[in-house]
Amino acid sequence: MPTITLIEHNGTQHSVMGEVGQSVMQAAMNAMVPGIQADCGGACSCATCHAFVEDAWTGVVPAAEDAELDMLEFANERQETSRLTCQLTIQENMDGMVLRLPESQY
Amino acid sequence: MTLSSVVIVGAGQAGFQVAASLRQGGFAGRISLVGDEPGLPYQRPPLSKAYLLGKIKAENLVFRPAAFFDQQQIELIHDKAVIIDRQNQRVVLESEKALEYDHLVLATGAHNRPLSIPGEHLEGVFGIKTLADADALAPRAKDAKNVVVIGCGFIGLEFAAVAAAQGASVQVIDRGGRLMARAISPQMSDLFLKAHESWGVKFHFSQAVDQIIGENGKVVGVEKADGEVLPADLVVYGIGVIPNITLATEAGLEIENGIKVDADLLTNDPHISAIGDVACFPCVHNHGEHTRIESVPNAMDQARAVSARLLGKAAPFVATPWFWTDQGNLKLQIVGLSTGYDSAVTLGSMESNQFSVLCFRRDHLVAVESCNRSGDHLAGKKILSRPPELTAAEASASDFDLKAWEMAHRL
Ligand SMILES: Cc1cc2nc3c(=O)[nH]c(=O)nc-3n(C[C@H](O)[C@H](O)[C@H](O)COP(=O)(O)OP(=O)(O)OC[C@H]3O[C@@H](n4cnc5c(N)ncnc54)[C@H](O)[C@@H]3O)c2cc1C
Ligand code: FES
Repeated sequence: MPTITLIEHNGTQHSVMGEVGQSVMQAAMNAMVPGIQADCGGACSCATCHAFVEDAWTGVVPAAEDAELDMLEFANERQETSRLTCQLTIQENMDGMVLRLPESQY
Repeated sequence: MTLSSVVIVGAGQAGFQVAASLRQGGFAGRISLVGDEPGLPYQRPPLSKAYLLGKIKAENLVFRPAAFFDQQQIELIHDKAVIIDRQNQRVVLESEKALEYDHLVLATGAHNRPLSIPGEHLEGVFGIKTLADADALAPRAKDAKNVVVIGCGFIGLEFAAVAAAQGASVQVIDRGGRLMARAISPQMSDLFLKAHESWGVKFHFSQAVDQIIGENGKVVGVEKADGEVLPADLVVYGIGVIPNITLATEAGLEIENGIKVDADLLTNDPHISAIGDVACFPCVHNHGEHTRIESVPNAMDQARAVSARLLGKAAPFVATPWFWTDQGNLKLQIVGLSTGYDSAVTLGSMESNQFSVLCFRRDHLVAVESCNRSGDHLAGKKILSRPPELTAAEASASDFDLKAWEMAHRL
């Protein structure tokens, strides 16, 4: 099971175990990570599961599809490395991946 | 008084979220979550879309795995609440077990309005509310040849899009004259009408259904009021819901189109709150009128508001309502309430299916509907959640850009 680290805006780190095929959002919700609200339950409609992928891992995550890019376009604190974690499916090669959470979800 | 036990009736979207938010906020007392559906609490939106298409599995519908309830000491009780004994502050369950509460949260949701016509109970006639409904429907939807959908609200249309994508011939009957009429502007209805027609869906407007016709107990057709019979091996209806108020009514709580609550989401009993689909609250986004909203975001926001109040951080409920629906390749997002709007400005183009409708009432923005323009949705949400207000005159300027306006007007 890949382990993914989510860092809250205040610096608190959460290492969560994810299952391959599950979304990063689901893994974070199951671990009760504050800062991921996921109001729409993964329907790519709310942008409250926003996170920034640490630079070293941007090459590992597959590119976002149009619907996600549309949502990200106006998400709070949008950055180059922004992703909606409900659209990020966990794969074996994501073991050790680090994501930071935006201030607006703090 | 310090709070040591919270009982929540209804383990759906709102009920589950109260339990989770209470624990996340540090509540250390007893939490009992009573639900009359089997299994773990789960989300409903995929039931009429992604789940039927096999894009999401049952285990991913649940809000949290079983271990979460143990870890967080949330007592999930599979039972039905039958009596609220307000005097003694306890809830009696069907099993005759009783739960004492310092505070009770009613999150009993709503049930589908029945068709109430001959043939409504024939095999092959479905409403979609529960996972059990969706599990019974999914295999039939895959093989159906002639599908008739009764009602062109969100759930009926979501299902029509699924059935068309799975190769069925789909016909939709509605008493009214346009799609999702209760919730969206005629311009947006029109875009969805064209899209559904391009997927092969046929519409029969201003038509009532007289009966569902069966042979050997199975549905074979739907008879409209004008006498025409549409062949059908599967009928799905979505004609609205009725709030589950029996428990509250019998307990003498105030009822008005649901369980009536105040701006703090409290009923007329200070030890009882009501939230989600069942609650009718004074809505600041609807001129303060008592309003009942059936949506996931409303259930979540109200759950968080009640949890915050129980943790000592009370604040009137003012969250901006929003909603989404996915139909085929279209994502419609709505923020605000367009009730009583008197003018509209459109952005984007219908032809490209990237289209937004800004609804104004007395020259102030009250709602933004966006199809495949999520940026507009999020900008609209920000604008509607705080001043200054956008006027119709500003939005009518050529080249008006909602996102740019929002950015330029941040406080
Ligand atoms: C098919 C479908 C698709 C939807 N799609 C969307 C969408 O795309 N976007 C969106 O925003 N919203 C959508 N919704 C609406 C959304 O799911 C509801 O608004 C939301 O679930 C309301 O939450 P709730 O907790 O108030 O009610 P519910 O989730 O319905 O939960 C209420 C629960 O209480 C239980 N209960 C009732 N009485 C008792 C009792 N006496 N004792 C014990 N348990 C009891 C019920 O069985 C039920 O499990 C959809 C709904 C459906 C049915
Ligand atoms: S959970 Fe709503 S967009 Fe990801």
